[in-house]
Amino acid sequence: MNSSVIGKFAENAVNFLFQHFRGGFDAFSAALGAVVKLLEDGLAAVPFVAMLVILVAFALWRRGVVFAVFVGAALMVIHYMGLWAQTVSTLALVIAATFFSLVIGVPLGIWGARNKRVEVILRSLLDFMQTMPAFVYLIPAVILFGLGRVPAVIATIVFSMPPVVRLTTLGIRQVREELLEAGRSFGNTDSQLLWKIQLPNALPSIMAGVNQTIMMALSMVVVASMIGAGGLGEYVLSGIQRLDIGIGFEGGLGVVLLAIVLDRLTESFGLKAKKSKRTVRTVKPAATSTAVRT
Amino acid sequence: MTPNLTFAPEGVLHPGALQAEDVSAMAKPIAVSGTDILKVRNLSKIFGPKPERAVELIKQGLGRNEIFEQTGNMVAVNDVSLSVKAGEIFVVMGLSGSGKSTLVRLLNRLIEPTSGQVILEDRDIAPMSTLELREVRRKKMAMVFQSFALLPNRTVLDNIAYGLEVAGLKKADRYAVARSALTRVGLGSYEKLLPGELSGGMQQRVGLARALAVNPSVLLMDEAFSALDPLIRFEMQNELLRLQKEEQRTIVFISHDIEEAIKIGGRIGIMKDGCLIQVGTPAELIQSPADAYVRDFFRNVDVSRFLKASSLMTTVERGLISCDIGAPCERYLNQLIDSGVECGYVCDEAGRYQGCVTPASLHKSGTHPIREAFVRDVNAVPLDADLHQLATIALSQEHDVPVTDTMGKLAGVVSCRTILKQVMERRAA
Repeated sequence: MNSSVIGKFAENAVNFLFQHFRGGFDAFSAALGAVVKLLEDGLAAVPFVAMLVILVAFALWRRGVVFAVFVGAALMVIHYMGLWAQTVSTLALVIAATFFSLVIGVPLGIWGARNKRVEVILRSLLDFMQTMPAFVYLIPAVILFGLGRVPAVIATIVFSMPPVVRLTTLGIRQVREELLEAGRSFGNTDSQLLWKIQLPNALPSIMAGVNQTIMMALSMVVVASMIGAGGLGEYVLSGIQRLDIGIGFEGGLGVVLLAIVLDRLTESFGLKAKKSKRTVRTVKPAATSTAVRT
Repeated sequence: MTPNLTFAPEGVLHPGALQAEDVSAMAKPIAVSGTDILKVRNLSKIFGPKPERAVELIKQGLGRNEIFEQTGNMVAVNDVSLSVKAGEIFVVMGLSGSGKSTLVRLLNRLIEPTSGQVILEDRDIAPMSTLELREVRRKKMAMVFQSFALLPNRTVLDNIAYGLEVAGLKKADRYAVARSALTRVGLGSYEKLLPGELSGGMQQRVGLARALAVNPSVLLMDEAFSALDPLIRFEMQNELLRLQKEEQRTIVFISHDIEEAIKIGGRIGIMKDGCLIQVGTPAELIQSPADAYVRDFFRNVDVSRFLKASSLMTTVERGLISCDIGAPCERYLNQLIDSGVECGYVCDEAGRYQGCVTPASLHKSGTHPIREAFVRDVNAVPLDADLHQLATIALSQEHDVPVTDTMGKLAGVVSCRTILKQVMERRAA
C-alpha cells in the first residue's frame, strides 16, 4: 500500500521538519518531558488518602454533598482495582496537555473574535484538526519526538485545542452589542474593552470550551497509550492485546470515572456566575431609603 | 386666531392669579444660561457602500427611499444642524427609523459621521484622533442606554465606578464618587448587589448614576426610559427633573414618546427620515407646527398646559374704563350701558387692571367709589396662564377672564366661550 502525491507531501513536510529542526525538537521534547515528569511525580508523591480528602473537599465546595460522595466512591473503586498509579499518570498528562491547549487556544480564540479573516482561517484549520482521526497525529508525533509521554502530549494538544478556540471566539462574539457601546462611550481602550467587558462576559462560554478540551484531552491520552503514553490507556491496551475482558473493563471503568469527576468539576466553574449571584442575594440589605420605590 | 409667541418668563405669577395644581410638579428649570455648549453643524450619516454618491443625490434633492433604491445607501441622518444650550434638556423626538438613535451616537462617535461637525465646548469632535476622542468620552460625555447596558458580572457600585475606573482613578477615589452618585439616585443601600438582582427602574437608576459619576459636560440619554413600564417611566422622568433642579446639566435626550418630550424637554427637535424638521419649545411646536407630521405628534396629547392665555385672548375695546378707583360709580354707568357690553374692566391711569364692574354693580353702588362695585372673583391671569388655569377662573364667575402682562397692565380678555371651545376641542382630540 503506497500513498499518493498528497500523502507524499505530508510525509516530506514532516521529514523536512525532522531533518532541519531536529535539535529544536529534541530540546523542546526534553523541556516538555521534564514538565510532564515533574507534574506526574508531584501528583504521585501525594498519598492516596491525602488526594482522596482533597478531591472530596473540592467536590463538596463546588457541587455539594451528593457529588462529593460520588467522588469518594469513584476514587475508592479505582484504588481497589489497583489502578491509582495509572490514573495519576493519566491525570498528569491531561493536565499538561490541557494547560498548553489553553495557553495557545484562548489567545487564538480572542484573535479570531477580533478579526474576521483570522476566524475564517482558524475555522478551517480547526475543522481539519478536529475531524482528522486521532491516531493520525501519533505518526508525525513519533517521528518528531520519539516514543513516550512527549509525543502523546503534543498529539493531545493538537486534538483537544479546537473546542476552547471555537468557544472563546463564540463567547466574545456573543457579548451584547450595547455592553460594548457602553464601554466605548465611557472611553475604553481596546484592551480595556477586552479585559473588562468581553472576557468576563464570555467566561461561561470559555469555561464550556475548557471543559470540552479536558474531555477531549482525556480521550486522546488513552489513544496515545499506543505510542507509550502510559497510564490507564496502557492498561486498556494490554487488555486488547491479551483479549482480556476483565483488564480491559477495569481500565475502561477507570477512564470513565476519571472523566466524570473531571467533567463535573470543571463544569462547575462555568456555572460560577449563577452561584455567586445566589450568595450575594443572602446578604441583600433591607431597603432603608424611602426614595426607593421601583 | 394668530398664535402669539411672546411669553412672559415662567414662574412669574401675579398675586391673585391661580396656579394649577400640577404646575409645581411639572415645573422645569428654565433658567438656562444661554450659551451653546454643543453645536452640531450639517451632520450626516450615510450607511452603505458609496456614501459620496448618496451625498450628490441628496444635493439633487432626492428622497431617502430613492437614494436607497439607486445606490444601496441608507441616509440615516441628513444634514442636521442644532445647538444645545448649557443646562437645558434638549429632546430629539421622532418615530422609529427617523435616525434619532443614530444622531445621538454620532455625537460621541459610537458611529462615525459621514460629514459635518460636532462642536463640544468649541472643539470639533468629528476629526479628533482616537486618543483625543477617548479623553472626551471619559471626561466630557456620558451616555445612558435604553437597555441599561450594565455589566452583569459587576456589582452596582463597580458599575457606577466603571467610567472612573476606565479613566484610571484609584479604587478609593472612584468608590467615593460612585457612592455619592448612587445616593443621589436613591439607591444608597444597594451597592453590593448585581444588576440582575434589581428591577428595571432600579437598573436604569444605576445606569444614570454611572453616567453622572463622570460628571460629564453633556449627558446623552438614548431612549433611557422607553424600556420601563409606564408608572416607573413616569417616576424616572420626575427623578430626572428633580436631579436637574439640584444641579443643571446639559442633556440630549432621545425619545419617541411625545408626552415624555414635552414633560422633560426645554426644547424639542423633531426628526423625520433623518432630517431635523423643527426645533422649538413644546408650546412653539404645538402652536405653530411646521407640517402635518409635527402636528400629528400632538394629536393624542393633552396640550392644554401649553395653550396660553396670550394666544387665546382678545383685546378689550368697548368696556374699558380708565379711571382712579376712588372715582364714583355713577359717572361710568351710562358709558358702560352705551357701549352695550355685559361688563367693564377698570384700569388705573397707568393701565393696570383693577377690577371688573357690571351695569348692575355700578348702579347698586351709586355714589360710592368704583372699587366697591368690583365683581368678586374676576381675577386676572398672567399671559402664560394655561387652559387649565383659565378654566378654573372661568368656573368661579361668569365674566370674561382678564389677562395682564408682567407690569399688571390689562393685555386682553379671554371669553368663557373661547375657553369652553378649547376644552371641547381637547376632549374631541
